[in-house]
Amino acid sequence: MNFETVIGLEVHVELKTKSKIFSPSPNAFGDEPNSNVNPIDLGYPGVLPVLNKEAVNFAMRAAMALNCDIATDTKFDRKNYFYPDNPKAYQISQFDQPIGENGWIEIEVDGKKKKIGITRLHMEEDAGKLTHGDDGYSYVDYNRQGTPLIEIVSEPDIRTPDEAYAYLEKLRNIIQFTGVSDVKMQEGSLRCDANLSLRPVGQEEFGMKTELKNLNSFNFVRQGLEFEQKRQEKVLRMGGEILQETRRYDEKTKETVLMRIKEGSDDYRYFPEPDLVPLYISDEWKEQVRQSIPELPEARKKRYVEELGLDQYDAEVLTSTKEMSDFFEETVKHGADAKQATNWLMGDISAHMNKQQLELSDLKVTPESLAKMTKLIDEGTLSSKLAKKVITELMKQGGDPEKIVKEKGLVQISDENQLREIITEILNENEQSIVDYKNGKDRALGFLVGQVMKKTKGQANPPMVNKILKEEIDKR
Amino acid sequence: MSLLDLTIKELQEKLSNKEITVTELTQACFDRIEETDDQVNAFLTLNKEAALEQAKQLDEEGIDADQFLLFGMPIGIKDNIMTKDLKTTCASEFLSNFEDPLYDATVITKLKNANAINIGKLNMDEFAMGSSTENSAYKKTTNPWNKDYVPGGSSGGSAAAVAAGQVPFALGSDTGGSVRQPASYCGVVGMKPTYGRVSRFGLVAFASSLDQVGPLTRTVEDNARILEVISGVDEMDPTSANIDVPNFQEALTGDIKGLKVAVPKEYLQEGVDEEVANKINQAIDTLKELGAEVDEVSLPHSKYAIATYYMLASSEASANLARFDGIRYGKRAENADNLIELYKQSRSKGFGDEVKRRIMLGTFALSSGYYDAYYKKAQQVRRLITEDFEKVFENYDVIVGPTSPTTAFKIGEQIDDPLTMYANDILTIPVNLAGVPAISIPCGFHSDNDMPIGLQIIGKHFDEGNVYRVAHAYEQQTMHYKQKPAIGGVN
Amino acid sequence: MSKKISTEDVKHVANLARLAITDEEAEKYSEQLSSIINFSEQLSEVDTSNVKPMTHVLDMKNVFREDEPKDWITKEEALKNAPDKADGQFRVPSILE
Repeated sequence: MNFETVIGLEVHVELKTKSKIFSPSPNAFGDEPNSNVNPIDLGYPGVLPVLNKEAVNFAMRAAMALNCDIATDTKFDRKNYFYPDNPKAYQISQFDQPIGENGWIEIEVDGKKKKIGITRLHMEEDAGKLTHGDDGYSYVDYNRQGTPLIEIVSEPDIRTPDEAYAYLEKLRNIIQFTGVSDVKMQEGSLRCDANLSLRPVGQEEFGMKTELKNLNSFNFVRQGLEFEQKRQEKVLRMGGEILQETRRYDEKTKETVLMRIKEGSDDYRYFPEPDLVPLYISDEWKEQVRQSIPELPEARKKRYVEELGLDQYDAEVLTSTKEMSDFFEETVKHGADAKQATNWLMGDISAHMNKQQLELSDLKVTPESLAKMTKLIDEGTLSSKLAKKVITELMKQGGDPEKIVKEKGLVQISDENQLREIITEILNENEQSIVDYKNGKDRALGFLVGQVMKKTKGQANPPMVNKILKEEIDKR
Repeated sequence: MSLLDLTIKELQEKLSNKEITVTELTQACFDRIEETDDQVNAFLTLNKEAALEQAKQLDEEGIDADQFLLFGMPIGIKDNIMTKDLKTTCASEFLSNFEDPLYDATVITKLKNANAINIGKLNMDEFAMGSSTENSAYKKTTNPWNKDYVPGGSSGGSAAAVAAGQVPFALGSDTGGSVRQPASYCGVVGMKPTYGRVSRFGLVAFASSLDQVGPLTRTVEDNARILEVISGVDEMDPTSANIDVPNFQEALTGDIKGLKVAVPKEYLQEGVDEEVANKINQAIDTLKELGAEVDEVSLPHSKYAIATYYMLASSEASANLARFDGIRYGKRAENADNLIELYKQSRSKGFGDEVKRRIMLGTFALSSGYYDAYYKKAQQVRRLITEDFEKVFENYDVIVGPTSPTTAFKIGEQIDDPLTMYANDILTIPVNLAGVPAISIPCGFHSDNDMPIGLQIIGKHFDEGNVYRVAHAYEQQTMHYKQKPAIGGVN
Repeated sequence: MSKKISTEDVKHVANLARLAITDEEAEKYSEQLSSIINFSEQLSEVDTSNVKPMTHVLDMKNVFREDEPKDWITKEEALKNAPDKADGQFRVPSILE
């Protein structure tokens, strides 16, 4: 019997409003514990939540970018459970009237495109942060309490861990472009829970699913799902039964480990939040938010191909992060040739970032300086080869490319007389190579070019060197 | 006659004329409390030092009493209203160590801005759950008219303190009758404003969709003035209504000619004590004499109000009281060695029986499989009860009836029978469910026990003006408020 | 009177509400809650087939705060009433079993 895998993903995204969703505390990451809290965040007796309008705008923007229908009438509900990071012992969330429903995004795996449905997108408040001491105690920091969150629940459309990975990449990409979140997993502004079940191929009914927690990167999501897929298949093939479990992914062993077996469903006793009045989202409001959505990656990609003449692959890579795409656009705006800008960004710059584990914003190079460098290349002042030195300098130290070129003596020698003089000298020293070349050994020409470059410390203009070399050999 | 028997107007006149100082007036409250509170047991915490300091400042600054509606006026505060730097316990063991609640409720800020003086915090049923103030973890407040009787509840401390002349005014809170019923039992004036009229920010929530803060006073005029000060939209309370606060004093003309008064037949039916009903009918006759047009009407869903209320209020309470977990404030049980035990022990030791019973009831009503049958059903019936009122108010200005089916009962008489206790609220609960304003004012005494009887006047949403108008006209005609309990030998 | 809420139900509900109860108390709550629930059964008489549940008595919508951060209390005040605290954080028994 063959099994089909069904994967569901629940993604939580923190919205980067200035203040929290229901209180005026600053919404900031990385501050001293319990420094961004007030009596509302601490769930003091008598406090009331007041809804931050920007949080609704942001949630709506994300929902629209994910092709959701936006609710006209929506509201908040209380989700009741006790936990030290949940100060009111209820979380203000949305139960039966989420702000967004019926969305979708398109993913591509192995060249095949597929639409993945989004069941719902709802607003809620984030909880505080618990850390576990080795002294038998846990510690609570409520700074994060009340950070606006959206929860995005996928339809059971995902069939492989690779699709799950692609879905997450795409989701992060789109939300990043809307500007409502940093979507950084390492800072917790994007978090993911996954569930997976197997069913015999052809069966409509879903199998029993297990939930996976502690998935701290998209790679871990994929690895966790891969492990879980194999584990479940093994259990089923041995005639076993899958239990409704919550399992933790262990990054070291790359295995999923049982956390708890769920008995029935959790009884959260949802009921409408009496402290918050309902929302009515008019068509005008929806339109206003729609207008505020920046150009999304798909649209940019299309424009790069159609208007800037990039190929599909390059356009795809450039729009994979907002940072890269914005950098690219600025560079072109400063007069760089689109193809050149693309090559530098995807080539030396990306390689450097990957090697050093840096982000674009960590580098000293600016769109302006990159544009200027490409112009020097176009003018013939700088050879592509020497430009590699310039870009390294720009990334590490920054500065004006023109100045760097001069100071480091990287100006290209394009003076024909000067080059002819040098080439004549080289030819005189390498008679054998001329003979070889004339006998059909093309490699000899390469050797001669190399000698010229060596002599000029790489500053010679390569096309000109080629041209003059041939002319001078022909003369002999 | 004691200073504390005077109205705000009279007191402020004396302050303006320099006949008295704010300090003397404030001191008079503390003297009276010292003299009587071993019998009344109304106060949980006195704000003596800060109050006298504030009084001294007001005397020194000599601010014109006319400029501030409550300049120098002493007021007692129910202990479920948050006061910065002043212990707030909700009469619960759980908050017995809650010395600094960190912030002031909006009503407290407004009173401070009006230069009123907070005398101290008043006893109540724990977390406002009860009708007799016997559910306090600290003390049993007695009825100043007879110490064997309860003062009503849950704002029993507030009503008793005003009736005993300890403070001329007090704030209470009303979720199902908690201002009006003790006002009725203690023979004072108690107002439950329209839901949304007064900010709930800083009122420790019992049932969020029903709670309102309201004043308890001896006269209608004083009551109207305090309500005016504490009312208004509040950016900290999204359920507070953005509606202008009128000058309620202007409604106190004594003229109710042609005003249309409805008497629901359900409010004088079985369960209502015969003599209470008679006194209400006499009051209605008085209103007629004053020129009001009175008709009998029906509020057909009234009988479902108690069940509706207990489902909704308990459900909301079960969530509202879940935050008392012993982590950020309040009393944590000792020796709880794991988290679950910490929760369970802290909450079980910190809460009294009635609070636990309501949390259990509310948790049950919201739990999976029961929500539709109990919680949702109650929300639907609530709408029908509200529509009953709307229909009557299409043709009438106010609705009148008794505040409570009986007078105060004896301490210990009903404490062990929740359902009987709940029945005390049958005439006040529908008002909270509909969110309309209502007042209880004294309308005489019961011949069996000489305990006060209260007349309830109910108005349309945000029409406290007409409620006060009728209450004031009736009060000025009958002057019941001139009668005071003989306690402490002063009156 | 039939008992709508068994002692088992009571214990389940008490656990949801994080209340510790003894067998004796469970018995008492079972009786009291059953009688309240029995009393509330009268609501089933009411025809509510086309009635929208009412959460808010006033017909208010869209009440917001602007997105402006404000300082309110200090870190020390935040921890002031905590029964147990250490290193600027609230302390609880370990949540790991």
